[in-house]
Amino acid sequence: MYRMEVKLQDLLISSRRPRSPNIQIYRPQLTSVLSIVHRITGLTLVIAAIGLVGWLIAAADGPHAYGVVHNALTSAAGRIVLFATTFAFFLHLCGGIRHLAWDAGYGFELRTIYSSGWAVVAASLVLTLAAWITDLFMQG
Amino acid sequence: MSPRQMRTALGRAAGLGSAKEGVRHWWRERLTAIALVPLTLWFMASIILHSSNDYAGFVEWLKRPSATFMMILLLVALFSHTALGLDVIIKDYTHSRAKIPALILMRLTCSGLLAAGVLAVLRIVFRQ
Repeated sequence: MYRMEVKLQDLLISSRRPRSPNIQIYRPQLTSVLSIVHRITGLTLVIAAIGLVGWLIAAADGPHAYGVVHNALTSAAGRIVLFATTFAFFLHLCGGIRHLAWDAGYGFELRTIYSSGWAVVAASLVLTLAAWITDLFMQG
Repeated sequence: MSPRQMRTALGRAAGLGSAKEGVRHWWRERLTAIALVPLTLWFMASIILHSSNDYAGFVEWLKRPSATFMMILLLVALFSHTALGLDVIIKDYTHSRAKIPALILMRLTCSGLLAAGVLAVLRIVFRQ
């Protein structure tokens, strides 16, 4: 069973036949884009999770290591990475809540799927900006 | 509600679907997702509130029992959710012999990161 599956996959890849769904010729839609964005942000947050552990290990090591990591995170490049990570976090959080609503059986009408999709995008942008503006005020 | 009850009557009667499993994975992914909503929001709010603090301030914050408790819960929920998510991604896109080694490596890495994270928190909190 498993071997057959592997051979079929190899055949499909080697013959370069189009695979269903033909995403290379498929017009991107909000629904499909948000679906893959949920995976991509999930993977981004895996890297952030590794960074979180690295940050804690540095802090456990002592003030020097903590300072090195803190300076890296508050540098211009560090802030850009953290800003992108914050946006990925809120996209995954809001997208996840949308998924939980679907799991509970709500929001399957086409209109609702689009309005909840745009709500995820808007809420993620607003929450990311709100978090960073609050952070600026806390530092200032 | 247990994963067994989440299975549909038809699913129970037919004795598993084509995948033969999945309810437990699905259920745990939701549980950890729900747990991560307050935990990650707490973490982000704490970082914003304490971002201007120096090392001593950071240690003082993490030593608060509520912060230690939340941070350890965050690490546990985060790495189980990570393992469940990566499990699906590896199974979806790996069609070679590398699949099983990749799954093993991913699981062990997630467990290792969780242990390292929790140990680091405990070291910070219990250091004299």
